[in-house]
Amino acid sequence: MAQSSSLKTLSVLVENQPGVLARIAGLIARRNYNIESLAVGPTEEPHFSRMTLVVDQDQTHIEQIIKQLYKLVNVLKITEFDPAEAVERELMLIKVSVLPERRYEVLQLGEIYGAKIADVGACGVTLEISGTPEKLDDLLALCEPYGVLEVARTGRVGLERNEKRASLI
Amino acid sequence: MSERLTGAQILIKSLEMVDVDVVFGLPGGAILPVYDPLLESPIRHVLVRHEQGAGHMAQGYYWTSGKPGVVVVTSGPGATNVITPVADAYMDSVPMVVICGQVATAAMGTDAFQEAPTFNLAMSITKHNYVISDACEIPQIVAEAFHLATTGRPGPVWIDLPKDVSGMEAEWWWPSDPTACLPGYKPRIKPHPRQVKRAVELLNTSQRPIIYAGGGVLKARGAQALQEFAELTGIHVVTTLMARGVLSDDHELCLGMPGMHGNYTAVTSMQKSDLLITLGARFDDRVTGKVSAFAPDAKIIHIDIDPAELSKVRYADVPIVADANRAIEALIVEYQKQERRRQERGDAPVDRAAWVEQINTWRSRYPMKYVESDEVLKPQFVLERLGQHAPDAVLVSGVGQHQMFASQHWKFSAPYRWINSGGMGTMGFAVPAAIGAKVGSPEQTVWVIDGDGCFQMTFQELITAAVEGIHVKVAILNNGYLGLVRQWQDLFYDERHSEVHLGGAIPDYVGLAEAMGCAGFRVDAPEEVDTVIAKAMSIHDRSVVIDFRVDPTEHVFPMVPAGASNDDIIVGPAYGQTEEEERVILSKGKFGAAPMAQGGQEDTVLPPERSGVHFEMDKKED
Repeated sequence: MAQSSSLKTLSVLVENQPGVLARIAGLIARRNYNIESLAVGPTEEPHFSRMTLVVDQDQTHIEQIIKQLYKLVNVLKITEFDPAEAVERELMLIKVSVLPERRYEVLQLGEIYGAKIADVGACGVTLEISGTPEKLDDLLALCEPYGVLEVARTGRVGLERNEKRASLI
Repeated sequence: MSERLTGAQILIKSLEMVDVDVVFGLPGGAILPVYDPLLESPIRHVLVRHEQGAGHMAQGYYWTSGKPGVVVVTSGPGATNVITPVADAYMDSVPMVVICGQVATAAMGTDAFQEAPTFNLAMSITKHNYVISDACEIPQIVAEAFHLATTGRPGPVWIDLPKDVSGMEAEWWWPSDPTACLPGYKPRIKPHPRQVKRAVELLNTSQRPIIYAGGGVLKARGAQALQEFAELTGIHVVTTLMARGVLSDDHELCLGMPGMHGNYTAVTSMQKSDLLITLGARFDDRVTGKVSAFAPDAKIIHIDIDPAELSKVRYADVPIVADANRAIEALIVEYQKQERRRQERGDAPVDRAAWVEQINTWRSRYPMKYVESDEVLKPQFVLERLGQHAPDAVLVSGVGQHQMFASQHWKFSAPYRWINSGGMGTMGFAVPAAIGAKVGSPEQTVWVIDGDGCFQMTFQELITAAVEGIHVKVAILNNGYLGLVRQWQDLFYDERHSEVHLGGAIPDYVGLAEAMGCAGFRVDAPEEVDTVIAKAMSIHDRSVVIDFRVDPTEHVFPMVPAGASNDDIIVGPAYGQTEEEERVILSKGKFGAAPMAQGGQEDTVLPPERSGVHFEMDKKED
């Protein structure tokens, strides 16, 4: 699993309150940190949300980011993932420009990657795929020759593995 | 049976519950409902002339009373006017609670009259902020706000109160635990014993240790423990701009202020030290100079209640997250324990005699001094004389040359007698902060040291002081310039003075003072200083303003040029340093030295022909 060494994933458990996303985004902006992606969603507990931040920084900065995030009163817990010991997934919708006669080629590509067909039209097809960001990148590259009209990605979400060093799932 | 009250009544009652006895504010549309129940409340309200004044008063109030200052303002411009002091309080970790009116909930986000996006604005300059959406939340939020403002690393907390919520009725209640709804807030107070042990072990191997004491020691009420620790270990202490007075300047172990305008011994002893015991300080760029060249041989013990400060600027060899007072107490206990063991083993203690001798050599060679004059009024001379007349006063300063002169030349003998804007450097801080300080401690004499530039930003609060019967004393070190900016233009821009000349003679400060209900005096010559200060000290029924017409060419020295190493310290003409020597040092800073003026070298940094330029003052007799 190739990952650029400067990309780090932070899983941030926050109170589910108005303005929390603005606080986190504002902190990252004013401290001049770069974020690669940010995904937010509810957790098993309705009072809390989980934000998954992918940050492009070296280790020193990561420590500072974590400490600054902890200063936000609404932040409860921050986990920095070791990519080898976490499951990380991202969802992508990809709208490919393709005429009906070559549609099967795109669908076949999708099938290889385990993508679903989310929508089909006369001039194109929309695939839905979830997986590691790298897998999504690969499919996207293979679709490029046909003409990619639009892409929407969620940014990655992640959880630590149940058992450290468990088999790859 | 619990009573039903309006949101406004619940707010006032909640403020009473957290022991608020004074608020600083100015009413307006959105906060109007809150001002009605205030009439029945024992809480005192100080009606300011500008909301910025309310914020700085709240800061001054904290420093003398130890209690968080409370500000009440209305929405829109009321809110934006208080942004500067809130940002200032955040930078200097001063506890403050802002109660800010907001337009009604239904109007929020519609660009309503006097609506500003205060939730977003306050978010980045406060420790935490709230918008109240229901009157029943008020008690919990007020309790939380005061808890957050005063615990952990203190700071400002901002509460937006929409107008419909202050009119809404709810049942009165009071939370038994302010932390019940704060699952993500757990400041660490107690130091980790293993880290304390490591710190003392490091201390016991250090040849050249220095204690670097910052504002956090004052916040933690740790001055006494600090003195005990310093005396026990015999280690010298530098006191940062925020911590002046935390150890008395008269104390043998006190070296005074470090940093860009710190004294030679404080700066150099840090540079040469092999261990900095950092207590509630944050390696501010004004202390470190060029970070990569700062105290190159020193290991760092860093104690701070805010984990984010540790290794932020300088790697901490022994980081300790804790309240400074608790940490110092733990260091004392551990030190005594290790000392006993050492004695049992019969080992000799570390011999630091050479280091102490070195420090004393620096001290005797570079005492704080300036080029004295019998003709022109030197700002340092004014401070010295003032210090003689009012040694126990609370000194409140603005930002600029006068602030540095005050910090350098005033003998601080006790903590909580020095109030200034350190991190933010807010001009206009002094007059309102002094009024707040006087409210917080009415029995103390409060002296303002202000520049003429600073004074002109906020002097209208002296009207507040006059009307409210809060009497402060103001010494304006009037050089007719934005002096510190002028100094930089002198040093780095070849004396090309761009937009720094303020006028000097306008306004007429004596007339201005009298118009505001204060006594006003003017001092032109050194021999008048004592008489006028004595006169000012004898006035107790109103505030006093003294216009000291000081030498505009005076520079603040010592000085480490911005971006230079602290090894490159300019001590100034008082020590016989020549302009050429000074230029060599200046060229090491990030701005470089100004181009060499024609006409060769000068003996002093301030050639006599430069004195009095652009400083045409009315010399009429008073």
